[in-house]
Amino acid sequence: MSILVYAEHDNAQLKTETHKLVTAALQLGEKVHILVAGHQCGAVARQAASVEGVSEVFVADNEAYAYQLAENIGALVVSLADNYSHVVAAATTTGKNFMPRVAALLDVAQISDVIAIESADTFIRPIYAGNAIATVQSQDSIKVMTVRVSAFDAAAEGNDAPLVELDTVIENQQVTFEHAEMTKSERPELTAANIVISGGRGMQDGENFSMLESIADKLGAAVGASRAAVDAGFVPNDMQVGQTGKIVAPQLYIAVGISGAIQHLAGMKDAKVIVAINKDPEAPIFQVADYGLVADLFIALPELDSALT
Amino acid sequence: MKVLVPVKRVIDYNVKVRVKSDQTGVDLTNAKMAMNPFCEIAVEEAVRLKEQGIASEVIVVSIGPKACQEQMRNAMALGADRGIHIECNEFPESLQVAKLLAKVVEQESPGLVIIGKQAIDSDNNQTGQMLAALTDMPQGTFASKVNVAGQSVQVTREIDGGLQTLTLSLPAVVTTDLRLNEPRFAKLPDIMKAKRKPLAVMTTEELGVDITSRISTLKVTPPPVRAAGVMVENVAELLTKLRNEAKVIS
Repeated sequence: MSILVYAEHDNAQLKTETHKLVTAALQLGEKVHILVAGHQCGAVARQAASVEGVSEVFVADNEAYAYQLAENIGALVVSLADNYSHVVAAATTTGKNFMPRVAALLDVAQISDVIAIESADTFIRPIYAGNAIATVQSQDSIKVMTVRVSAFDAAAEGNDAPLVELDTVIENQQVTFEHAEMTKSERPELTAANIVISGGRGMQDGENFSMLESIADKLGAAVGASRAAVDAGFVPNDMQVGQTGKIVAPQLYIAVGISGAIQHLAGMKDAKVIVAINKDPEAPIFQVADYGLVADLFIALPELDSALT
Repeated sequence: MKVLVPVKRVIDYNVKVRVKSDQTGVDLTNAKMAMNPFCEIAVEEAVRLKEQGIASEVIVVSIGPKACQEQMRNAMALGADRGIHIECNEFPESLQVAKLLAKVVEQESPGLVIIGKQAIDSDNNQTGQMLAALTDMPQGTFASKVNVAGQSVQVTREIDGGLQTLTLSLPAVVTTDLRLNEPRFAKLPDIMKAKRKPLAVMTTEELGVDITSRISTLKVTPPPVRAAGVMVENVAELLTKLRNEAKVIS
């Protein structure tokens, strides 16, 4: 059985999601190939070849793949899929975007958001915002799946797998990339951070998030938010942790002014240690917190900030 | 231009689900059901396009048991013009749903399909993308802004790390993210009016789509329960615990 792993990257760097996908893929079979599709992504391909356990890296380097457009990437992956028992991508906005196209074009079902692998055809995935865990078995000949990377450890580097250049160019004329506005931040990415500090509706406005940012910088943490804070317009949606945002599993998660709605808990309850700071002692967040502090965040946060160096 | 909006009946997002003791699934007996929140956003966006004179007709589609008509009537109360109910006993998987929707697209030739990015029960996030692939339409997923201009639509997408804007030629598929809009509440007269709007019912056989499942659910279990935590008195105690007990900060 051969497994095709779709590399997550930004054309300059391979993201650690890919290393985690390789760990998942090695639980499915021994022969793991990586596909790097992008533009001027040679450095990414070389890094992919260094991931332990990978036996071959395919590189499709063309302008058509620069922005990971689903129409082009989906068709490219389909053109390779026949040689594989499994096609695996991360459950990121990239993987979620093109993988269902791959499944549909191959006429197979997709298994989304796999958190554990029982066997080559049996997988575990959360449903109902993580309030139920389903064990599912696929009857399809090719298993197309997205993986919740926070559930797997990253494979190490140190390998030197061969690179194979692909000259397949698929450029769908129905879609044109216009522009991207990426958030610039010196802080770690939410899904990769060891520590995450998030604010909810209790933060009252977007400016107050600077209190979280200051603490985050002292802890080397990423800053997140609940859906309520996003809906209220305090912060952009890419900071959202929850069922409909990002799923994180850091060593430490600090929830500030977050009540703990089901949909938020779905995004963070796999954190190793959870801290909740909320002035309402009845807030459901305290039921999942390892350490709870009932306090006014406008007093507690400055205290926390000055106590950290 | 017609706009097609598929909607799904799901458990209300405020309801805490319980897993059945025989591990066959989730207990939905007497549970409050509602329109999937992302579908509500899709209906709202379509209705706004109609109010702007861009859409000529908003058609709502739902697939599943007869009770789905309740959510279809809700969509009509919000402003959808008519409905197509594809009746079947179960809720089919995403691929089968996409195939059924592809048949409806073939019959109705909409200029735009607006569909929720994911349903909050199965949490798959697949149907819109699958439909786009099957009908050879371009896709704008996780949309936070939709701007129809002439024969194309500009879609701003919420992606990891920021926003991406694409132009898609019409017809196209757009899947909705949270911040696309804030759905309105239905007014009583509109709820009454919705009851008289046309609602066609068809079967999966009529559409010639086999909805046999490709995935079997072996079991459904509750998530692992976290051990009970402790309450701390103040910030100093919290930091001491985090440093010395949990050892997660230095």
